[in-house]
Amino acid sequence: MANATPSTALPEELAKFEAMADSWWDPEGKFKPLHQFNPERLRFIVRQAAARFGRDETADRPFEGLRLLDVGCGGGLLCEPLARLGFSVTGLDAAEKNIRIASLHAEKMGLAIDYRCDLVEKLAERGEQFDVVLTMEVVEHVDNVDLFLAACSHIVAPGGLLFGATMNRTLKSLAMAKIGAEYILRWLPRGTHDWRKFLKPSEFVGSLRASGLVVDTLKGMSFNPIAGTWSLTDDLSVNYLLSASRN
Amino acid sequence: MSSSTPLASSGATLTTDVLIIGGGLVGGTLGCALAQHGIGAVVVDRDSQDHLLEDDYDGRSSAIAGACQRILQVVGIWEHMKPDVQPILDIRVTDSDSPFYLHYDHQDVGEEMGWMASNRTIRRGIFARSAELPNLTMLAPVSLVSLERTQDGVTAVLSDGSTVRAALVVAADGRRSQVRQMAGISITTLPYHQSGIVMTVWHEKDHQGIAHERFLASGPFAILPLPGGHHSSLVWTEKDSLIDSLLSLSPQEFHAELISRFGSFLGEVKVVSKVFAYPLTLQFADRYIDRRLALVGDAAHGMHPVAGQGMNYGLRDVAALVEVLVNAKRLGVDLGSTAILTDYQRWRRPDNMLMLGMTDGIVRLFSNDIKPLRLARTLGLAAVNRLPKLKVFFMKHAMGDVGKLPRLMRGESC
Ligand SMILES: Cc1cc2nc3c(=O)[nH]c(=O)nc-3n(C[C@H](O)[C@H](O)[C@H](O)COP(=O)(O)OP(=O)(O)OC[C@H]3O[C@@H](n4cnc5c(N)ncnc54)[C@H](O)[C@@H]3O)c2cc1C
Ligand SMILES: C[S@@+](CC[C@H](N)C(=O)[O-])C[C@H]1O[C@@H](n2cnc3c(N)ncnc32)[C@H](O)[C@@H]1O
Repeated sequence: MANATPSTALPEELAKFEAMADSWWDPEGKFKPLHQFNPERLRFIVRQAAARFGRDETADRPFEGLRLLDVGCGGGLLCEPLARLGFSVTGLDAAEKNIRIASLHAEKMGLAIDYRCDLVEKLAERGEQFDVVLTMEVVEHVDNVDLFLAACSHIVAPGGLLFGATMNRTLKSLAMAKIGAEYILRWLPRGTHDWRKFLKPSEFVGSLRASGLVVDTLKGMSFNPIAGTWSLTDDLSVNYLLSASRN
Repeated sequence: MSSSTPLASSGATLTTDVLIIGGGLVGGTLGCALAQHGIGAVVVDRDSQDHLLEDDYDGRSSAIAGACQRILQVVGIWEHMKPDVQPILDIRVTDSDSPFYLHYDHQDVGEEMGWMASNRTIRRGIFARSAELPNLTMLAPVSLVSLERTQDGVTAVLSDGSTVRAALVVAADGRRSQVRQMAGISITTLPYHQSGIVMTVWHEKDHQGIAHERFLASGPFAILPLPGGHHSSLVWTEKDSLIDSLLSLSPQEFHAELISRFGSFLGEVKVVSKVFAYPLTLQFADRYIDRRLALVGDAAHGMHPVAGQGMNYGLRDVAALVEVLVNAKRLGVDLGSTAILTDYQRWRRPDNMLMLGMTDGIVRLFSNDIKPLRLARTLGLAAVNRLPKLKVFFMKHAMGDVGKLPRLMRGESC
């Protein structure tokens, strides 16, 4: 560890998010898909976390006393609900403007969330630990994926959980997520995603395993264009999410 | 009823989860259901509870379907109504001068067909239950001065000078919903050119829990059993053009008109209430949701009372909205978020449109005197009678047991 480790931040990726930062909380805006599938992915997180930590999902603030880190938190779409459920939440993002927008919004909602503009590898170096680490829809935007996932993994406390989500690198995901969402449905600004950076589930799982985590659940997240709804499925070919644990 | 507490000091700010405008049968039940599930609610009504309970305010009685009775039960309202309800044991549907009639007997499905209760009884039950729930505030008589819905929340200024902040506002303010208008949600209205004349009658013989629905040439005529055996609620549909002359008849003449429709099967009959007339229209809102806003009950859909389903479908909205909101709360999701409201609309709108279509079809099919249609109706009624499976399906439908049921309608808490 003589030289400074390479950074996981890609300046051109961060610039894209800075440019869209004002629309984080607009349900009809550029982040519409994240708003649409937010309840479904939260259900996944809540279910796994409740089982892992022996908490009652129907209680008022079931996750009181547990620390959670959201890596690449953006506007805080996941931080806020999880703070309401009792987690003490730290939101991390490499883009300054996201952190500003997220802090402002949490304040308006009366939620205490610790937002920081920092890099996960820095937190790992400092030896910080969290019971739950999230990194949802982020790996496709970073440099040095293996380094990024290693840092996220090291931050998971013994007995803790990591949740990850991204897009698969298949022809279907190229057609659906990239061309469909960016060009046809115009959900996302063109150029939001670089398909070559999408990660296969085997690559995601392999990288976590190399850092000592065990992947427990792997699920697809599919959009039904007729019903207009997102749901968890076993189809991993486009969007997928996973949970992993450190034993 | 002391849960009606107009704020003493103006300028106070109340913070809650859900603000409900309209504390009628639907809005009041929604407030109780949310509070019971740990979601705070403030219910605002422009009329005082005492006024809403007066005899002359609402002369109607409602047929409560089985699935909706379960909602009232789970929410704790039924407990307060129980002494004053009448089970419906049998429904007889007849066509004018047809020899056949459709006979819905509770023995076919093994439980009562539903219950009758006066709207006063239901309101009293709601008010009594609301007084038991600490996180529910009923404000009346109070009206809405301004309503602001932003990306971050809802702020309402009320006529007593107080301000309410919430994550979501629900329009439960009836057919002429002010909140719906403020949101610019348009409605489609189909007039029937019919009115519903409503009154309570006393009759000599016991009704034995039987409801009668007669399809007369001028429109449907319903006799609905009330508690005690000797009172029934009438819903007498008549062409608008005849309403004024009917209502200005002398008591003897009016009685003669009534008996010519009612018949003599229950012996002597006397009108014992004020006679109310309600214009009937079918209307439906183009959307049920907007930013941090949801419509429920008559604000979203007004139907013809022929099937006795207006309140019942409003209570289905309540059950679905409560389930969606309780689920959202358990995920920590903002209760006013678009994704949540979209789920509610997707769940309720098709179901309500189906019922609107069905009742509309029934009214149009039966409110005329064209010979071939009459024959088809007669054959149809007879056929339904002979096909037990189909009949049970119709009954279950009228009882509210078809489709994807919210948990409250299955008698379960969320
Ligand atoms: C003749 C007739 C018979 C019927 N029979 C049956 C039946 O047997 N079974 C059945 O299920 N349904 C029946 N219905 C339908 C049923 O009565 C309605 O569907 C039901 O009352 C709707 O309830 P609601 O709470 O949505 O609206 P409403 O009952 O109209 O209540 C609205 C409430 O909002 C308040 N309000 C209005 N505007 C404002 C404002 N701007 N600010 C604050 N408060 C406001 C009002 O004071 C009122 O309390 C019948 C209807 C008619 C006309
Ligand atoms: C598609 S958004 C996902 C936001 C959030 N996780 C969600 O799902 O709602 C990706 C986010 O990752 C952030 N990001 C990109 N590279 C990063 C890095 N190396 N470290 C931390 N955050 C990064 C971006 O600024 C952006 O906010």
